[in-house]
Formats: sequence, C-alpha cells, structure tokens
Amino acid sequence: MSDPSLTNRPPANRPLLQVDNLVVEFPTRRGVLRAIDDVSFHIDPGEVLGVVGESGAGKSLTGASIIGLLEPPGRVAGGTISLDGSRIDNLPPDKMRRVRGKQIGAIFQDPLTSLNPLYSVGQQLIETITTHLPMNQAEARKRAIELLAEVGIPAPERRIDQYPHQFSGGMRQRVVIALALCANPRLIVADEPTTALDVSIQAQIIALLKRLCRDHGTAVMLITHDMGVIAETADRVAVMYAGRIAEIGPVRQVIKHALHPYTVGLMGSIPSVGMDRARLAQIDGAMPRLNAIPQGCAFNPRCPKVFERCRVDRPDLMQSGPTQVACWLHEPQRAAPSAGRPQNAANAAGGRHG
Amino acid sequence: MADTTQEAPLLKIAGLKRYFDVSPPLLNRILERQPRLTLRAVDGVDFTINRGETFSIVGESGCGKSTVARLIVGLYRPTAGSIVFDGVDMSGLQSRKAMAPLRRRQQMIFQDPYASLNPRWRVRDIIAEPIRAFDLIQGSDKVAARVGELLRQVGLSPVDGEKYPHEFSGGQRQRISIARALASQPEFLVCDEPTSALDVSVQAQILNLMKDLQRQLRLTYLFISHNLAVVYHISDHVAVMYLGRIAEVAPTRSLFSRPRHPYTRMLLDTIPDLDMTGRQRTPVAGEVPNPINPPPGCSFHPRCPFANHRCKREQPQPKQVDDALVACHGVEEGRLPPDTRPLTVAPSLTA
Ligand SMILES: Nc1ncnc2c1ncn2[C@@H]1O[C@H](COP(=O)(O)OP(=O)(O)OP(=O)(O)O)[C@@H](O)[C@H]1O
Ligand SMILES: Nc1ncnc2c1ncn2[C@@H]1O[C@H](COP(=O)(O)OP(=O)(O)OP(=O)(O)O)[C@@H](O)[C@H]1O
Ligand code: SF4
Ligand code: SF4
Ligand SMILES: [Mg+2]
Ligand SMILES: [Mg+2]
Repeated sequence: MSDPSLTNRPPANRPLLQVDNLVVEFPTRRGVLRAIDDVSFHIDPGEVLGVVGESGAGKSLTGASIIGLLEPPGRVAGGTISLDGSRIDNLPPDKMRRVRGKQIGAIFQDPLTSLNPLYSVGQQLIETITTHLPMNQAEARKRAIELLAEVGIPAPERRIDQYPHQFSGGMRQRVVIALALCANPRLIVADEPTTALDVSIQAQIIALLKRLCRDHGTAVMLITHDMGVIAETADRVAVMYAGRIAEIGPVRQVIKHALHPYTVGLMGSIPSVGMDRARLAQIDGAMPRLNAIPQGCAFNPRCPKVFERCRVDRPDLMQSGPTQVACWLHEPQRAAPSAGRPQNAANAAGGRHG
Repeated sequence: MADTTQEAPLLKIAGLKRYFDVSPPLLNRILERQPRLTLRAVDGVDFTINRGETFSIVGESGCGKSTVARLIVGLYRPTAGSIVFDGVDMSGLQSRKAMAPLRRRQQMIFQDPYASLNPRWRVRDIIAEPIRAFDLIQGSDKVAARVGELLRQVGLSPVDGEKYPHEFSGGQRQRISIARALASQPEFLVCDEPTSALDVSVQAQILNLMKDLQRQLRLTYLFISHNLAVVYHISDHVAVMYLGRIAEVAPTRSLFSRPRHPYTRMLLDTIPDLDMTGRQRTPVAGEVPNPINPPPGCSFHPRCPFANHRCKREQPQPKQVDDALVACHGVEEGRLPPDTRPLTVAPSLTA
C-alpha cells in the first residue's frame, strides 16, 4: 500500500481521465463528417462511468479516441484528452502504444479481432505480459493461468495451450478481458465487454471489474447497451445521441428518473421478466446519419415532447439536480415552476425497498 | 398463439450428441504421453418444437447452445442421435441433394450482422442469393420485385437494395439478415443471439419485427440468447442447457415463476436487477465445469446445494413434472423445497 507504483493510485481529487470538448471528424469527398461533437466528461480513480446510447451514437469512437486507436481517416479535430493530468491525445504513435498497453487496457466487443487465430491463447497472454511487466516466461505463464482462472475459464492449466477457435464465443471474450488486464492498467476502456456473455459469467466479469476498481483504484469506461449491467456496475452514466452527450449523471438518478426524452424511451424499450406485453415500447425511426443531423436538437424528429424551439436551437448540457441534461424541457428557468411537483413523489417511490 | 397441440411437432430431436476431438497434435501425444481428448459439446439432448411457437435455449457460455443450432441447420454432423424435421430424419439423409428441399425450409440468423453479410455484394444480391440458389423465382424482374417486397417486410425500403452492407447501421444490417433468411420462404428460423449485438432500442424494434413476422408468416423460431428478459418476452417454451445436456424444459411462465431444477433456480438468481433495489446478484457458485472432463453422475453436482450421494454416481434422466421435463434426482425424489417467484416488475419500468 505504501508504494504508489503498486497501487496505481493517482493523487486524490484529480480525475484520472479528463476529456474536454472532444471533436472527431471524418473527411470525405462530400465534406467533413463530424461524428463526435463537443463531448466533455471525466472519470475518477476507482470509478465506473457507463456509456449508453443507440448504435452509431459515437460511443466506440469516443472510446477509440481515448485509447488512440481511431482508424484513419477519422481524426481528433478538437479538444483534449488527459490521463492523470498529462495530455495523451497528441502523443506520437510509439509513446501512445506504451500508454495503451501499460496504463490503459482495452476490451473490444468482437473477440476475434483481438485474438490471433494462429497462436494459442497462452502464447498471446504470455507475450503481452512479458512486454509490459518484468517477468520471465515461467512467471508469465503462471500469471496467465491465474488471469484465465480469474475470468472464469475452467481448467485453465489445460485450456491455456488451446487456440481461439477451440473456445466458445463467451470464453473467447473472457480471454480478451484477461489480455486487457495483463499489465494492471489504471484505466480500462471496455467496449461492449459482456455483450456476448451469458448472465452468470457476466455477473462474474462485473464482479471482477468492480474488484479492480475497489482494490487497485482502476477506473473503467464501460460502453454497453445493457442497462442491467450499467445499473449494477456504473457509478455514473452518460447517455449519448448523435455524437453528443444527451444526459449524464449518477446511475440511480438517470435510470429511475430519466430527464431526457431519449433516455425515457431507451428505458421503456428494455424487456424484463414479468412484463407481459405483446410488443415492446420502441423509439420509432433511427438515429440521423452524420450528414443529415437535424437543426436544433438532434433528437427532435423522434421526440414525443418536441416544441418549436427544439427545431431551431441546439441545447447544451444544463444542470438539473445531480444530472446534466441537454434538453430544452429542462432549461433552468423553464423547469423551475414545476420542479417541486414530481420530485417528491419520485423520491418516495425511489426509496430503498429494504 | 395458435393451438399447436393437434399437429405433429415441426422439429423433434432425440439423443442428439456432438463430440469434438480436441487432442494435442499426434507428435505431442507420443512424446509427452498425452491422451486423446474428447470434448462433449452436446451430450444427449431431446426436445420438440411445435409449429408456430418460439422455443428458446438458455444456459451458460460453452454449454453447447450454438452447437445444437449448428447441428439442426446442418452446419455440423451429429455424432449420434436424430433430428426429425417435419417427419423426415435429417441425420439419415446423406447427400446435399436430398437435403436441399428441407434446408430451404430452415434458415439461420446469426449474432453478428457485420460478419454474416458479404461486404462486396449489394444488399439486393445478398437477399436474392437464396432465391437464385434454390431456383425459387425465374426472371430478373420478378426476383427484383420479391427482393423489394422482402425489404419492405423488414421495415427497409426497396431502394436500400442498391447499397452495400457497410452503409447500414447494426440494426439495419440485422434487418437485412432477416430479409435474406426469409427469402427462401422458410418455416423455421434458428436465431443464435440475434439481438445480442444490438442496443436496446434497436433490439426492441427487431424483437417486435420478429413477432410480427412470426404472426404473419406463421414462422417457428428456435431462439438462443443469454438475455433471460428477452427470452421471457419472446418464448413459448424454454430449455435450460447445462454442459451439453438439458436440465429443464417448461412453458415460459412456468419456468420463470416455478423453476424446478436447481440450475434453473441459480440462473434466475443472476438476472440483473434494473429496479436497483440493491439486491446483489448471486455470484456463480463453484467453478464452471469443463466439458472435456465432466463430473460423474449429475454434472451439476459440484455446484448444487442439494447434491447427495446418488447425484454423484447416477446421471439423472429427464422426467415429467407437471408441465415441465426435469433431469434431477432431487426433484424426482421430491426432496427439494419448492421455489415460487412472483412475476412482478418494477413500476418504474412498466409506466
Ligand atoms: N470510418 C468511418 N467513416 C465514416 N463514418 C464513420 C466511420 N466510422 C464510424 N463512423 C460513424 O461515426 C458514428 C459513430 O460511430 P460509433 O462506432 O462510435 O458508434 P457506436 O455508438 O459505438 O455504435 P454501436 O452501438 O453500433 O457500436 C456513426 O454514425 C458511424 O457511422
Ligand atoms: N469446432 C470446435 N472444436 C472444438 N471444440 C468446440 C468447437 N465448437 C465448439 N466447441 C466447444 O464446445 C463447447 C460448446 O460450444 P458452443 O459454441 O456450442 O457454446 P455456447 O453454448 O454457444 O456458448 P456461448 O454462449 O459462449 O456462445 C465449448 O466448450 C466449445 O469450446
Ligand atoms: S430539446 Fe426538444 S426535441 Fe430535444 S429532447 Fe428536449 S424536448 Fe425533445
Ligand atoms: S440431480 Fe442432484 S446434483 Fe443434480 S441438480 Fe438434482 S439435486 Fe442437484
Ligand atoms: Mg460501438
Ligand atoms: Mg454460442
């Protein structure tokens, strides 16, 4: 505990990750597409920030910008990204590669893109461990077996010498998670890490991520569409829509008392056990394409609460209680007269059930 | 739901097995005296699927769900057992030619809408491919008209046929996969985690679309998912698989409200708590077993709180209990405490 290099804990009260006014663009023949438009947030040491939102909202691009793996022609066209107080958005590629292996671990959704089919699972783990940690082959192999056991692979000492195709989908994903954990990173960017996993393994992986946060102060940016996972894992959650943050706040607040009409729609479309409905509530339509983002609020063509101003002015994030929300319904002076009404009832219903 | 009790089932599976040889290379076996290793991915599975229903398989990663799906659509050959589709034993048919008319009636939708569509083909050619392969419609005008109709059926527009897969979002690509699967006018769709790669709002659209199509076209679904809430929503019957075998099959509400098998009970305990009542998900007890070397007797016994002497020696066989089929000595002997769960949802989610 006394040696800071062992606990990976940065000085208190400074966010581990700070993203300010991030802009990501794709130059195309028909002009520049702005995929991430002025996104700012932070993650504290030991904190889990959940990121949710419809396909194409810009969740993965935000994650890819942080780990420096934005695929050209995509580029960070504005804003800054700092890890523990130092800018990482302008590092040369070789420096960034070291930061990525050692300080930031990445978990992607598709396990096949992260695993090399020609090498055994053990070879890949051992290679990564020896690159980043001062260990010899035997030590690295021992650590690799421990990691496989930690992510719930049965009989790891036997499975370690098998190849990715011999593992089931869920097991491959757990190997990818083991790879990301190899060097004890301080930040983990996990893009849909449990999507391919069944619930019980999911519970295990989530317990593992939470343990890392608690014991090592590891921070996690957890990108997922699974609200259940967010509900039990995240401390705060950011809801993204069309390249911007629509709502960000404490997870309980956002799930139980969603403010943004888009968040309300998202919550309604989740099936749950015991809910007997012929059809699920669905948000009709689709997110706008990048070259056709509507004027004003980007959600306005799909929004059940749309009014005149939404079609003209674009709302920025506004504080509303502990949450920040980009919606004109929650503009401070507009929301003020009715603020007292739903609040009390909502709080009473939201109390702990024991 | 249509009354399906009168008709013969569409699919009947009996004693289905699939083993994989996962031995180390021959040289290692000789030099290091390592034995041959067999992995029993599917180890004796029986179930029937009625016409027009949705039958789901749930179970932990690696329990053999995808292998069952692949056996049914003929992507793997069974090691043993029979797959009877509409009265014909498919495992008995040897040539591709004899299979073709039956294969047309079964299609598969995969989890990954990115990998399963050929990126170099236009969407209209992707969808027309099964029509041409099975020679269902002649004349390019008629094929084009049919492709347009299929695109409309899945909520896209006929002009989308001109585009390439990369021009679509994940949800739209899954709609294209569904259109492609429907192109050969199948009765039976095997859906292996069809919405797992999609976000919730798109998932809701796809699940609603699947239900609408099922009603319109009287489709039968085999649905595989690890999301128990989705399975609850879409299924008529649910089978719980464990280590290559079936622990319990029951009508959906019965399975979720009165789980009988200890493993089913454990799975239900792991459903994420969206109501945020502070309930902790019960962590998985014990180690996930290894299908290369499964435990003797009931393969669930190392993790089962009700295991006794008999469980460690004798493999339980499926037995009828009320409306369920359950493979458990404890249930058969009546020594398990009943487990009933109210099917209630948080008011915040139903509002
Ligand atoms: N190479 C590219 N060229 C042009 N646009 C791109 C490119 N890569 C991504 N985009 C666009 O950027 C937007 C954000 O994409 P991103 O992958 O971050 O979405 P996401 O929120 O992760 O969605 P999903 O849930 O489907 O993974 C999308 O509209 C996408 O079409
Ligand atoms: N081609 C193969 N060669 C060797 N082993 C295989 C092969 N395909 C599957 N297996 C093994 O068979 C078992 C069952 O795999 P399967 O893919 O059916 O699981 P699953 O239930 O679909 O899991 P998941 O939820 O992770 O997709 C696993 O232990 C897997 O490693
Ligand atoms: S700003 Fe207007 S259109 Fe946008 S979410 Fe709020 S009410 Fe709806
Ligand atoms: S047979 Fe025995 S060990 Fe297996 S589930 Fe039943 S009680 Fe548990
Ligand atoms: Mg993504
Ligand atoms: Mg599978």
